[in-house]
Amino acid sequence: MILRFIFIAVALVLGACAQPPAGPVSHDRVVLLPGSDGTTGAVIVRQGGSQARIDQAYASARAAPDGGLEVTQADPAQVRAEFAGALSAMPPAPLSFIVYFVFGQDELTDESRKELAPVLQDITRRVAPEVTVIGHADQAGPERVNDTLATRRAERVKELLVQRGVRAERIVAVGRGSREPAVRAAEGVAEARNRRVEISVR
Amino acid sequence: MKPVHYTRSILICALAALGATSALADAGRVKVSSGPVHIERGGQRIAAPVDTLVQAEDTIVTGANGSVGVTFTDNTRVSAGPNSVLAINRYAFDQATHAGTFDATIKRGTLGVISGKMAKASPEAVTLRTASMVMGVRGTEFVVYAGE
Repeated sequence: MILRFIFIAVALVLGACAQPPAGPVSHDRVVLLPGSDGTTGAVIVRQGGSQARIDQAYASARAAPDGGLEVTQADPAQVRAEFAGALSAMPPAPLSFIVYFVFGQDELTDESRKELAPVLQDITRRVAPEVTVIGHADQAGPERVNDTLATRRAERVKELLVQRGVRAERIVAVGRGSREPAVRAAEGVAEARNRRVEISVR
Repeated sequence: MKPVHYTRSILICALAALGATSALADAGRVKVSSGPVHIERGGQRIAAPVDTLVQAEDTIVTGANGSVGVTFTDNTRVSAGPNSVLAINRYAFDQATHAGTFDATIKRGTLGVISGKMAKASPEAVTLRTASMVMGVRGTEFVVYAGE
């Protein structure tokens, strides 16, 4: 009787030991995709004390049952199939346009005036469009004047877009003064390529 | 005339306060929504059709045949496949400096990510998590699967 009890107890303990460790079994994994702009970035993956860097297209890191990370090369077709639902819901890529201004004014150059057409086309083809308009001035003149000018340029572009049917609440306009020149120019020097407004549509 | 002015100024203050709050809290917007998709926000369940604003601390949930795509204010794009749960833990982005933080956890399901301006500006800005893994994003496109 006692022997039988001990046998059962030992069997139970051994059985318990054979169980996998407590907690959910994880199959979490990440797969790097080739960038649509032609460059592939990198993801640094950490799990517990392990770390791996994946920087090749379709390189995959998986949380291994022992707590480490397994890095393998995934099959592109399989990844596309497995993540088809998520990838098909990816929003269209945001686009950025630049228009240029007459020196010291909030008037678009004649050429840039024509360039508003593709901007409007892009805005209208999107569902739930949002537009960020960032105005810039060149480095001629004092900073205070450039701040005002950059803001006026951004507001002017917003106005032109609203006149052409874009809803005002879809557009955020801000000025950046002469802090972010597109082209390096000496302080105080006029540079046409820096008198600009960047229109980001998403 | 006085009461009219008083009412108007209250209204203006209220609108200003409202504007300020929403400007701070808005992180992104739903651009694609198909099948059952909702957002959990402060214990509330909100339907999430196209054009719904997404805020920091929202949890985005898709049902059996649902999928959703969100573009954030820094141009980061995130999409989730069926039966997915994505919690936005933290989001902040400065349009002027491009500095910011994006921290989200995919609790279940499938996720696609295309990083935006803040990942380009700072390699530490964007963090994606699953229950077991932490991913730092260095300006890139990737997919994540999170088990139960």
